[in-house]
Amino acid sequence: MTTSRTPARKRLHLAAHFPGVNNTTVWQSPEAGSQIEFDSFVHLARTAERGRFDFFFLAEGLRLREHKGRIHDLDVVGRPESLTVLNALAAVTDRLGLAATVNATFNEPYELARRLATLDHLSAGRAAWNVVTSSDAFTGENFRRGGYLDHAERYTRAAEFVATARELWDSWSEDGTPRPFAHHGQHFDIRGEFTVPRSPQGHPVVIQAGDSPAGRDFAASAADVIFTRHGTLEAGRAFYADVKGRLAAHGRTADSLKIMPGVTFVLGDTAAEAQEKAHHIRRRQVSPQNALLAAEQIWGTDLSHLDPDGPLPAFDPDPDARLTQGRTRLGDPKEIADRWRALSEAKGLSLRETVIEATGRQSFIGTPEAVAAEMDAFVTQNAADGFILVPHLTPGGLDDFVDRVVPLLQERGAFRTEYEGNTLRAHLGLPEPARSPVWKG
Amino acid sequence: MSVSQRPPHLAVALDAPGVPGPFEAAPYVHLARLAERATLDFATLGDTFARPGPDALAVLAGVAPHTAHLGLVPTVTTTHTEPFHVATAVQTLDWVSRGRAGWQAEVSRTPAEAALFGRRPAAPAEALWREAADVADVVGRLWDSWEDDAEIRDAATGRFIDRDKLHHVDFRGTSSTGEPFTVRGPSIVPRPPQGRPVIVLDATDAAAREAAAAHADVALVRAEDPDTAYAARAALRARAAELGRAPGTLRVLASLPIELPAAGDAAGLADLLTDWHAADTADGFHLRPADPVRDLGRLVDGTVPVLRRRGLLRRSYAGTTLRDHLGLDRPVSRYAARTGKASA
Repeated sequence: MTTSRTPARKRLHLAAHFPGVNNTTVWQSPEAGSQIEFDSFVHLARTAERGRFDFFFLAEGLRLREHKGRIHDLDVVGRPESLTVLNALAAVTDRLGLAATVNATFNEPYELARRLATLDHLSAGRAAWNVVTSSDAFTGENFRRGGYLDHAERYTRAAEFVATARELWDSWSEDGTPRPFAHHGQHFDIRGEFTVPRSPQGHPVVIQAGDSPAGRDFAASAADVIFTRHGTLEAGRAFYADVKGRLAAHGRTADSLKIMPGVTFVLGDTAAEAQEKAHHIRRRQVSPQNALLAAEQIWGTDLSHLDPDGPLPAFDPDPDARLTQGRTRLGDPKEIADRWRALSEAKGLSLRETVIEATGRQSFIGTPEAVAAEMDAFVTQNAADGFILVPHLTPGGLDDFVDRVVPLLQERGAFRTEYEGNTLRAHLGLPEPARSPVWKG
Repeated sequence: MSVSQRPPHLAVALDAPGVPGPFEAAPYVHLARLAERATLDFATLGDTFARPGPDALAVLAGVAPHTAHLGLVPTVTTTHTEPFHVATAVQTLDWVSRGRAGWQAEVSRTPAEAALFGRRPAAPAEALWREAADVADVVGRLWDSWEDDAEIRDAATGRFIDRDKLHHVDFRGTSSTGEPFTVRGPSIVPRPPQGRPVIVLDATDAAAREAAAAHADVALVRAEDPDTAYAARAALRARAAELGRAPGTLRVLASLPIELPAAGDAAGLADLLTDWHAADTADGFHLRPADPVRDLGRLVDGTVPVLRRRGLLRRSYAGTTLRDHLGLDRPVSRYAARTGKASA
């Protein structure tokens, strides 16, 4: 029998974002469970593994958000330290990749490289690191070092941090003997011996989150996965082409960096039912109090006297106010206010309805068949290599997707039916990294 | 109150002295399960940047799902690690182990360790331990920074937490190099099952004594003879009392190297522990096996049955948390009183 070689069908990659401290998490529902008890993490990780997902993803926040000088109390607050949870999850999963977001500004390369290498050893090759940077003095107040980096320096420091970590991960000899390393750079001047042998993946998978030009360059030079924002198919294709186009300059092939937007989803038996559920979820996500807070973030002033079911403020935002700390600023306040007013007038929406309409929509809404087809289309048309799913419920928010959408993706040949390798690099189709040049020859 | 009336607390070190630990999970799980079969209070796992070995807290986080009762006490050093990271990692170990976490604080003394970070020079032991005491202080405050009932999930008002029950700690301390440092708080982690995980300090070194008297729930004293252990416990208790600590809140364990090359040695160890306990030398024992796999196996088979027959060791765990095993109360948050809603 002869086999004819057909072009490989592009398959997608899937990751599960633990729904905790962010404003997509619905906590008022009866089925909303704990965001901190270990059982919740076990449930979501095991569900993801049952669905043959590539990896499980934890976000990080090193300072509780504040609004008007007080701790923000309207969303889920409180989370565990990522790497410790992932080491525990490694004991109750076998194949699932385990990704921790860890800030490069408030850590040192030696210590973090060691913790990541330890996770890679203990999980037998399933560790990933989502590199984030921060420069705000607000977060820095929790640390002896404080916060001090200007925006431009964030990426040069992060790039040097990752390069230094790779030198440490490579520092032991092939036969398992520690060898001295020395790194003398702009941000780090360190030497000695690393305490951990080269780990099963060589280097843990490196993820970069961020869409700015500097972030794209950093990802093209140093990352294995880019965690990006989800938009239209056209916007996704443009972003995809731009980022993949930057790889050649770094001597990399197009498939060595996976582009994975973070997405939400709502499933229904019919399209109409899914839309109705999506609207219900949006109303839960944007409570009356949250709607006022969202408006205060734009207007930069106290709006607690307003009725969330009434109109938007008639006056213009204060362009210089910084009411909220520990949260990314969304854009120019005046432009956003004008856009919101136009939307409110065009559709006759209240303040809260405007916030619901303007601040986001679910990425994939529909029947399981429609969602599977749409996700597949995004990937086969090169708007993404896969998705990081952000469920809106802890811990059961992924159950329906795994039970109803994954089998359809598998039927289409768009997703694996079994794990084919043991490491996260194997799931993602990434090669084992070459040893740093310093150790060659 | 006669402490000798209660059975001795027993703990074991999972790491062999001078031998780099394995880097995969299975050997640690095997040892921890042996220690749990022996119904010990807790297991320690050392850590240092000075020699090969994995991150100890990570290893014990991986052991947690494979065990149900054993207290898990990794070393986390304070000299180069941010106090905020120490606090949140140990809190998280308490969450994933459902109340079995401890923390053994240690310092990094050498210029070689300082060079791995390149931020500050090595400092004398006294300065390092003064800083470690400050770190233990702020870590305890961060553990208290969420009151137990801070999470309210009040749909009517849209509030997930009662923010009056979260507290900035605004700690000011002094680093080993003499500069001040501050930590604002609160922790990012809600208050864990034990409220405050158990703080363990090796108080053998004179430089560490003050930190232990002020902040340890369990002090380890390396002793070759009963008198040394007895004197160290007396000194630690006296100093803890001077610092205003309530009696009975500090456990002092004699830390003993053990080596059980032959099966008969295990019964001999039981006799030694019985004698030391009868002489009221310590509140219990921390055993440091020369060869953990061999010695823990012999301990389970030979030492444990003898101690149980003598009524010196539990036959099963009565409690679920490490504080339960140690007979230490679950502390109320020090900030709870300020809201006027503290309960005793």
